[in-house]
Amino acid sequence: MLEIDALAACLSSPACLVNQTTTGLIIGMLLFLVASGVTLIFGVLHVINFAHGSFYMLGAYFAYTAYITTGNYFVAAAAGALGAAICGIVFERLIISRVYGQNVLMQLLVCYAFILIVDDLVKIIWGAEYLSMGIPAEFRLPPYRIAGGFVPPFYLFMVAMAVIIGLGSLWIVTRTRFGKIVRAAAHNASMVSALGIRVQLYFAALFGLGCALAGVAGALAAPVRSLTPGMGLGILVESFIVTVIGGMGSIPGAFLAAIILGLTRSIGSVGFPLFVDGAMFMIMALVLIFRPTGLLGQGTLR
Amino acid sequence: MTTDVILAVEGVDVFYGASKILFGVELQVERGRTLALLGRNGAGKSTTLKAIAGIAPPRTGTVRLGGVDLAGSRPDIIARAGIGYVPEDRQVFPLHSVEDNLMIGAKKGPQGQDYWTLATVYETFPILAGMKERRAGLMSGGEQQMLTIARTLMGNPEVLLLDEPSEGLAPIIVQAIAQLIRTLRKMGVTIVLAEQNMHFCLGISEDAAVIDKGHIVYRDTIQGLRANEAVTKRYLAL
Ligand SMILES: Nc1ncnc2c1ncn2[C@@H]1O[C@H](COP(=O)(O)OP(=O)(O)OP(=O)(O)O)[C@@H](O)[C@H]1O
Ligand SMILES: [Mg+2]
Repeated sequence: MLEIDALAACLSSPACLVNQTTTGLIIGMLLFLVASGVTLIFGVLHVINFAHGSFYMLGAYFAYTAYITTGNYFVAAAAGALGAAICGIVFERLIISRVYGQNVLMQLLVCYAFILIVDDLVKIIWGAEYLSMGIPAEFRLPPYRIAGGFVPPFYLFMVAMAVIIGLGSLWIVTRTRFGKIVRAAAHNASMVSALGIRVQLYFAALFGLGCALAGVAGALAAPVRSLTPGMGLGILVESFIVTVIGGMGSIPGAFLAAIILGLTRSIGSVGFPLFVDGAMFMIMALVLIFRPTGLLGQGTLR
Repeated sequence: MTTDVILAVEGVDVFYGASKILFGVELQVERGRTLALLGRNGAGKSTTLKAIAGIAPPRTGTVRLGGVDLAGSRPDIIARAGIGYVPEDRQVFPLHSVEDNLMIGAKKGPQGQDYWTLATVYETFPILAGMKERRAGLMSGGEQQMLTIARTLMGNPEVLLLDEPSEGLAPIIVQAIAQLIRTLRKMGVTIVLAEQNMHFCLGISEDAAVIDKGHIVYRDTIQGLRANEAVTKRYLAL
């Protein structure tokens, strides 16, 4: 099962290391963006958004259509984020807000129904077959050569975007008036409301922000992955693993865990190709045993 | 005698689940005056304030602020209409700094009043000015009580509902809070003060209402109440 030779060969070759690390990083960055949305929403609203993968998918499809129509990838990425945010706000107001504080099974059921509906809507609008966007025109440049490995410019862009957006969300949550209100409301919504603040709007906006993170991840994934109805499920499961490893409610934790998982995935595909998923779950199990609140989690959003 | 009733509560019934807690509660509060709402443990003082603030919405009855009925509105709408509520259990945001607690309460009053800002609050509450960056959860009970009052004032309310601000605090802090309420009164803030302790209210409020088992049983000036031994004995166990 363990391909020791292949692993050793890769680890001792700078080119292979560069390639696998870059691949690992971009997997990690997509996971990070999706997971930070999950973690934000959970940290504030105490609800697990099982439908989060659907917003990743919607982000990818919106970006695809926007790119086809405008030919501009930056417009496409913005459309992915914005479109997912709007869908998220509608979903929050009309559906998920009705099951806040209820049995988690009820929340799961509601989200699962939503996932099925959105998957079918995507089939109706964009078709059931695979779509592929390809590397956007802006990034069709020769790859950088680093230590014999190849790094496509778009990959660097993805990593930079994920880091900037991650820091941006952290800033919004910890430094802005919006973030301060939302964190206070996470602890004591009724007191915040008695101070004259329309808490429901803040909750909807926070949910929209979380979905925008998933949407932008979808938009960043669109050029490098194929689009298909149901594409949200895989990333949903992995982003939950990231959230649990990093610690529920912790954005830096999600970042750390996403990089660990991304690298496990890319290095694992060389060294233990049959046990990549197993390894990810094993890491999660170990974290749960030795640090149940996750690597950087404190059990609540601070 | 001219009266300028700013807050009028009429026929308010409140239920918690199936149990009826308030029975046709009536209160009139005149602009710029302080009304003490007195009653024993469990009499319904907190529930009355929560009914006014919209946290325990009345099933029937009206809560008029300057003639506009707010009964049944959401708490945030009532707060923006000019009613500031300070809960009995303080409810600071424990992980936020003192200044962030204050800023979360910041807004203009319904007529654009903007007297209360960080600067005026720190002037009136020098104790808070010395601990702007401290986490509210680490403050003492008395400091937290000051902070909750200040946080609500940051919203420039026309009527301030204070629920047992002296509860569980050392006598010296109680004195400081009494002094603070007198200052607010001098500034013209209209106050409803829920209290068990009539003596705490004596130098603070002009008017008094006594509540018992969810019924308003007596209304007078605070001096009139103090002189009425039958009522204080029966309803306030004094
Ligand atoms: N959330 C609730 N659910 C059910 N009953 C409640 C609830 N809150 C209060 N009560 C009941 O309502 C009645 C009035 O309570 P309230 O808190 O208004 O009294 P109070 O006059 O403020 O008393 P205290 O001086 O102890 O603060 C009490 O009998 C109490 O047990
Ligand atoms: Mg009470």
